[in-house]
Amino acid sequence: MDIHEYQAKELLAGFGVPVPRGGVAYSADQAVYRATEIGGSRWVVKAQIHSGARGKAGGIKLCDSDLEVRQAAKELLGKTLVTSQTGLEGLPVHRLLVEEAVPIERELYVGLVLDRRHERIVVVAHPHGGMEIEEIAQREPAAILREVVEPAVGMRAFQARELAFGLGLGPAQVSQAVTIILGAYGAFRDLDATMVEINPLVVTQDRRALALDVKMSFDDNAMFRRPNVAELRDSAQEDPREAEAAQHGLNYVALDGDIGCIINGAGLAMATMDMIKHAGGEPANFLDIGGGAGPDRVAAAFRLVLSDKSVKAILVNVFAGINRCDWVAQGVIQAVREVQVPVSLVVRLAGTNVEEGRRILKESGLEIVTADTLAEAAARVVAARDAARAEVA
Amino acid sequence: MSILLDEKTRVIVQGFTGDKGTFHAKEMIAYGTNVVGGVTPGKGGTTHLGRPVFDTAKEAVANTGAVASLILVPAPFCADAIMEAADAGIRLVVTITDGVPAQDMMTVKRYLWRYAKERRTTLIGPNCAGVISAGRAMMGIMPGHIYARGPVGVVTRSGTLGYEAASQMQALGIGVTTSVGIGGDPINGSSFVDMLALFEQDPETEAVMMIGEIGGPQEADAALFVKEHMTKPVIGYVAGLTAPKGRRMGHAGAIISAFGDTAAEKAEIMRSAGLVVAPSPAALGTAVAEALAHRASRRVVVQR
Repeated sequence: MDIHEYQAKELLAGFGVPVPRGGVAYSADQAVYRATEIGGSRWVVKAQIHSGARGKAGGIKLCDSDLEVRQAAKELLGKTLVTSQTGLEGLPVHRLLVEEAVPIERELYVGLVLDRRHERIVVVAHPHGGMEIEEIAQREPAAILREVVEPAVGMRAFQARELAFGLGLGPAQVSQAVTIILGAYGAFRDLDATMVEINPLVVTQDRRALALDVKMSFDDNAMFRRPNVAELRDSAQEDPREAEAAQHGLNYVALDGDIGCIINGAGLAMATMDMIKHAGGEPANFLDIGGGAGPDRVAAAFRLVLSDKSVKAILVNVFAGINRCDWVAQGVIQAVREVQVPVSLVVRLAGTNVEEGRRILKESGLEIVTADTLAEAAARVVAARDAARAEVA
Repeated sequence: MSILLDEKTRVIVQGFTGDKGTFHAKEMIAYGTNVVGGVTPGKGGTTHLGRPVFDTAKEAVANTGAVASLILVPAPFCADAIMEAADAGIRLVVTITDGVPAQDMMTVKRYLWRYAKERRTTLIGPNCAGVISAGRAMMGIMPGHIYARGPVGVVTRSGTLGYEAASQMQALGIGVTTSVGIGGDPINGSSFVDMLALFEQDPETEAVMMIGEIGGPQEADAALFVKEHMTKPVIGYVAGLTAPKGRRMGHAGAIISAFGDTAAEKAEIMRSAGLVVAPSPAALGTAVAEALAHRASRRVVVQR
């Protein structure tokens, strides 16, 4: 789960990390009010979307008057921003962060992430913050400073100090940077984050270290014990179909193809998509219905897949372990009767009670193409898709 | 022989009396697993499925001599249950539960390291289908009948894709020594490398099928291990060639992830390490058959 920059800054501030003065605004009036509240003569108006690289996409505006703040807010609110991290569809701007503009002397990079290789929290840092950090990491990986945190004792001050000195900070800023790094680590650990990124961490012209931009992502599996984080979810930043899927215990990702997929297990789902492609088709979605999916969940899966109007055929591939094929077959039939499926349907069942499952499908009287193997299933759904295309033409 | 588990292994179930625990314990017993009891705090002293229930894992071990535990407790309590089993001296813990927080797993793995290697617990999972030694015993949730007994070890992240592989092999008359689902979570108990090392040592296993997924360094590590330490043929497959690139936030993930995260990169790393890579997920069985045939013909040559 991702949250907005202004929310991440509020959380980090609670862990002693200094951030610029600012506040959230939902309207142009509110933005002007925020600017007045902050005072000074220069402000930054920042579009709040769940993505980085907003500056290059025109989502961050520097303003020198109330009028400019109002203008910037009007321009950004309601706009869809497309950045290098959002994908082509972009993300809608419904909230703004209005902040004091800070005169910057240096920009640094600090990121904390759950590293699958070390199975630890790793802190990475580089003396040059900003957009080019990924290219730097690829070009000269040795230049990236790293500290691996031992989970039994947590991050120690000496590790933060090593990073701060490694970033080339002077003695006065080192202690401030240590506070920021340890604060970010505290937030990571105590809030079950999977990523905290301060990019850039800046040294201002008056020699203060500040977290100028912050991103945080969280472990969905841990949200049961972090209600104060879970409530920060902004569903406007999520694909509506993915959010809908999550409500039914389904895992759905929309894709560009025209063959809908309903499959149990993420690995089998990916393999089935690969097989569809191998057979000359393009999957319209990834959809994992999980183990023990009953008729309600199967019906929800059909509705989701069919909400994508480009779908011309659907493949159901269930390898029953916990759940039995006869039960899955009944679920499919019930769902098809309830949802009204206007496209060709190919069903491949395997595993426990497979003969019974196939018999139930056959005797249902519904127009369902069955398949015994993965290869057959992929070939038949691609053929069905081709027939549907020919019909349209 | 098999790895990890056979029909003699004394198994307990943590979360024994719950719905899931009851259902899967029954299936395991029916398959031939030596289930000697279970743990449900507060229900100690009672009997369930004809086996004794204990309040703690320590009591269960003391009274039954259990060496393995299947964990089916809800995710919020899972890490605690794993550490309890390890502390009780259980040697093999298989955790089916999904949704365990990543930081809990970090703590669990650190905790397991506090024991000397001779008594350290092997953890399989979480978020996995479990372990089955074909025809002998099962600790997990897989449909037992799709596993024929035979010479191939299987290690897979995905449960259902592991079933797919087993059934394709069964259709070709190829059986399995042991199939291990290591689970799909970012931090899991045992890696591909851990299981490959066991299969290499198992006299009955002649070849290994290894089924990976996108994301994480484990498949690339395993490929390197095969190249340097395995004498048995390994057949690989990586699901997710068509998987969408997810939306992302920030740069931190990209900075720590090296080459080898995508399915295509992993397959390439496997190939260059000498693995046979199945050309499609429908060719898992035939790829194993070819590798076995190749091995048989090579053995004939050596004997001459």
